[in-house]
Amino acid sequence: MSAVAPSPAAERRPVPPRNRVQRFLTSSIGLKLIMALTGVALSLFVLGHMLGNLQAFQGAEALNDYAKLLRKEPALLWAVRAGLLTMVGLHIYAFLALAKKNAAARPQAYRKRVWRESSYASRSMKITGPLLLAFIIFHILHLTTGTVHPSFDAHDVYHNVVTGLGGLVGLIYVLAMAMLALHLWHGVWSMLLTLGLPEGRYGSTGRAGATIFTALVTIGFAVVPLLVMAGVIGPEDAAPPPAATSDAALAPPRPAEPEPATAAPKAAEPAAPAEAK
Amino acid sequence: MAGQGEEKLLNLTLHVWRQKNRGAAGGFVTYKDEARGISTDMSFLEMLDVVNERLIKSGREPIAFDHDCREGICGQCGVVVDGSPHGPRRATTTCQLHMRSFDDGAELTIEPWRAGAFPVIKDLMVDRSAFDRIIAAGGFVSVRTGNAPEANGLPVPKQDADLAMDAAACIGCGACVAACPNASAMLFVSAKAQHLNLLPQGAPEKDQRSLAMIDQADAEGFGTCTNHGECEAVCPKEISMGFIARLNRDYARAAVKKPRAGAPAGGAG
Repeated sequence: MSAVAPSPAAERRPVPPRNRVQRFLTSSIGLKLIMALTGVALSLFVLGHMLGNLQAFQGAEALNDYAKLLRKEPALLWAVRAGLLTMVGLHIYAFLALAKKNAAARPQAYRKRVWRESSYASRSMKITGPLLLAFIIFHILHLTTGTVHPSFDAHDVYHNVVTGLGGLVGLIYVLAMAMLALHLWHGVWSMLLTLGLPEGRYGSTGRAGATIFTALVTIGFAVVPLLVMAGVIGPEDAAPPPAATSDAALAPPRPAEPEPATAAPKAAEPAAPAEAK
Repeated sequence: MAGQGEEKLLNLTLHVWRQKNRGAAGGFVTYKDEARGISTDMSFLEMLDVVNERLIKSGREPIAFDHDCREGICGQCGVVVDGSPHGPRRATTTCQLHMRSFDDGAELTIEPWRAGAFPVIKDLMVDRSAFDRIIAAGGFVSVRTGNAPEANGLPVPKQDADLAMDAAACIGCGACVAACPNASAMLFVSAKAQHLNLLPQGAPEKDQRSLAMIDQADAEGFGTCTNHGECEAVCPKEISMGFIARLNRDYARAAVKKPRAGAPAGGAG
């Protein structure tokens, strides 16, 4: 719409985007929509990932069969991986572009600032985001490629989990889930608003949805390293500790593992202090 | 004052942002003697008036601040009091904020709205013409309306009418921008777009309006909304963040549509 009177700020006239793709990649709401839509995809992924993880409770066979199932079609596996990488890439691109605009929008900071409505979660998004990225890289090196895993076995996911998630590393996983909780709690709600759920301070649907989703995902994730650290989920090939009652009992005993010799002694190390308790 | 019984008087310490003009570097100046004996019945602006009278009497430059109606409806006034735009009270403009909200001996930091798109003109006054340009970009209905039509000629669902009325309560003071951690103008832009988008008179230009107003806000250098909710908390008219979500929706719909050929609608009438 034209007819803007000439003003000292005439140079602030917007340059209309050339096409729809450019509009999405540069305008403020376009970038927010990219953020939100990739957020939806990544939220659904973490939900699925969490549900898959819970099979650790069904014992080594269930978890390893599930892992085998995921790798059954290499083409599909790599397509999903490429899709996830694209989602993360776009999420980061939108973040960087928006963060740049926002940093420039207030050149002079306030001397004093009081927060009245924003939450710790909302204000720490730009910290929890990069930290989660660092965790994801660590997590892939730890349990996908095994680069930083002490006794990695590409064909025995259950073994990798029970030997890898004890002690300090397990603590990193639990802390990362606390980070994920903060990120999701604001992120899911913010995503719903960006996608057009009209609610403000007095609305509760989106907030409640984000809270339930966050609790579900992060508790579901954190329970695995917590129980490994507590020794409830332990190596099955070694003599199962008496503490592992119902969960271990559900799984059939597996006498003939391909590599009992390697698995048993290494698995005993992190599990030992837990057994002593 | 005689015969009124005991009137409570406050002795305050003010740290006020002083800036000679747009280009000059500003800084905080502390006023203590000038802010003594402030009645709790005064509004915040009347307190500044008293301080200014004392400054003028002693031959100093008074503190410049914006104000007009002083009854909370014009949107002219507004300073950040102790880190909160329009001060600590909810749904209150600075002119309607009264000194009874503060304790004796209080130390108050008074700053202008801070945003790149709102350059300081002098002291606590900022240039909010960016808002005018956003309105000029699309915050209108481009039809010649003539006389007021018969009220029942154009039925509007009660829900829509109420929502549009809530959005139209925006007085354009800019507190949302001042409060936003990103200095985003989304609460203002969304209120000014939605009070038209929601009604049959404004709906035909919904797409064009949503795109044009956001494009202008982006060009002005406002930040982007990350749904902190600070804007809603300080808004003197309690505009809901829900309007931002509605504008997001309208914008998304308009942005995926094929842009219409030809020039967009012209100016208002």
